[in-house]
Amino acid sequence: MSIFEIIRFAIRGLNSNKLRTTLTTLGIAIGVSSVIILLAVGNGSSKAVQAGIEKLGTNTITIQSNRGGFGGGRASASRAASSKPLTVGDAVALSSPINAPDIKQAAPVASASVACAVGTNSSTPGTFNGTWPSWFEASNTSIATGTYFTNDDVTEGRRVAVIGSTVATDLFPGSNPVGQVMRCGGIPFTIIGTTEKKGSNGFQDGDSLVVAPLTAVQRSLTGYNNLQSIVVQAKSAKVQDLAQTEINTIMDSQHKIKNTNNRDYRTLNQASLLQTTSSSNSVFTVLLGMVAAISLLVGGIGITNIMLVTVIERTREIGIRKAIGAPKRAIMTQFLIEATILSLVGGVIGVIGGFAGSHFKIVGVQPIIIPASVFLAFGVSILIGVFFGGYPASRAASLRPIEALRYE
Amino acid sequence: MHPVIDVQGAVKQYGVGDAAIFALDGVDLQIKQGEYVAIMGPSGSGKSTLMNIMGALDNMTSGKYFLDGIEIDSLGEDALALVRGRKIGFIFQSFNLIPRTTALANVELPLAYQGIKGKERRERALAALKVVGLSERVNHEPTQLSGGQQQRVAVARALCTRPALLLADEPTGALDSKSTHDLLDLFDQINAAGRTVVLITHEDDVASRAKRVVRMRDGKIISDVLNKRASV
Repeated sequence: MSIFEIIRFAIRGLNSNKLRTTLTTLGIAIGVSSVIILLAVGNGSSKAVQAGIEKLGTNTITIQSNRGGFGGGRASASRAASSKPLTVGDAVALSSPINAPDIKQAAPVASASVACAVGTNSSTPGTFNGTWPSWFEASNTSIATGTYFTNDDVTEGRRVAVIGSTVATDLFPGSNPVGQVMRCGGIPFTIIGTTEKKGSNGFQDGDSLVVAPLTAVQRSLTGYNNLQSIVVQAKSAKVQDLAQTEINTIMDSQHKIKNTNNRDYRTLNQASLLQTTSSSNSVFTVLLGMVAAISLLVGGIGITNIMLVTVIERTREIGIRKAIGAPKRAIMTQFLIEATILSLVGGVIGVIGGFAGSHFKIVGVQPIIIPASVFLAFGVSILIGVFFGGYPASRAASLRPIEALRYE
Repeated sequence: MHPVIDVQGAVKQYGVGDAAIFALDGVDLQIKQGEYVAIMGPSGSGKSTLMNIMGALDNMTSGKYFLDGIEIDSLGEDALALVRGRKIGFIFQSFNLIPRTTALANVELPLAYQGIKGKERRERALAALKVVGLSERVNHEPTQLSGGQQQRVAVARALCTRPALLLADEPTGALDSKSTHDLLDLFDQINAAGRTVVLITHEDDVASRAKRVVRMRDGKIISDVLNKRASV
């Protein structure tokens, strides 16, 4: 008999027990979609954590002065006596492309702690930085409206400023701050731009921010000898360790450090953050793998169970078909086609369900589908479905008809 | 002319050693074309086993079986399927229709496995259903039919392939007396048309309709007599 005839038999077989067919399909679909969604949720939360860490700027190194301010007592006092403050000269030296080939740029930062006011509105920015234009790139800060200030603004000491969104809404509720003037610590600054929203990093509001040219801030607010930090940007996250070494070499020579255990500056290397990222990534990968393995196993057992029950239930039917002259091949092919159709339809519905389900946020996590998981879930469930539908059917078809007929 | 059925020294053994049970213990039976044979015997006498072997549904431990001159035991899986489909129409006590499938589709099934297509298949199936008097019920599923009607569907399924041999294993066992009577009339009619009919029964009035009665006990044939065909 022709293959088309057998396919028609298979379809008729599926049609003749719609409830069983629906439940089997549903079982496979749920198996497939749960694998896809579970992995997508895992992947989504992994990506969210990664993105959160990357936002902090993974290839920046911050140099801070070790001078005073901590503790007190004689030890720190004696160290303070021999130590030098960070200077603009340090930043210039760090920018040298010859001595520091792996450093993209360095920006000195002078921080002030002042309140800003416009009319009756006031805001105390968490961060008030006087710096160079290169700071924006080094700190991963971009402009939403208006412009950055320029090197020219720094040279001229112009009192211009870029503000974060928190400061903008505090001072200029409902109006465009660009072009307006605010007074910070009594000094007028013209606002030339606002920064892209950064959100909170958990400790402080990244948008409670004012950035102005270093010279203007030093001249009017902090004085010249008081750099808070130097932000250094490595050329890439990969060469960060090299950049770190170059920083130490340059700073040691700038500050005439003999004993490297007793430096008057310290560096906050984002490499540790990067390490945290990669270690958290590997934890997530292991976790995802386990989730995948367990959900595939559970889904697979479900599919196996349904298929086995379905075929065993029909052993008697197989006996009848053999008794009236069905060749073994025809029976096997029919059951194999039935199993394939069930697995395919269930698999496709499961994939669609997986994609649909991954559109919704699940406990605050936006799932991101891993393409490989779709193929994995689809492939594995079809293999399982076809095998556990086909294998018992072929066994039943190999029985003598009378044995299959007696099967209860 | 060779007999339709020629069983020689059939032995069917279950278990081994001391636990061995002989369902058939050396059975010889020849049935010629056009005969109508009833096989009788108490349960456990081996009559069903013999029937299953004659229907090529089961194998035997030793002995030979020729169906229409073909030695069945030497056949492979595919050839056996052909024999079951073309030479034998088998009727079961419990009907054994495919569930949730219409009477017509059930009758068409053996034809489909023989590769008979579309219109011819449908016509032959409808003709067989007409012979058993079920033309009005071709689209009913087994659960929508009475026991007698289901058995007649099974008879139509057995007949539609025009087999040399109609085997029926207690076909009236699950039927009421009216349905039994109708079915036996049908068998008479089929036999009158020249087809060989073999049935198993333990009811004397069923056996009395046959032309020849074979009695079995403990795996052996104990009597084999021609019926005087007393008027019914």
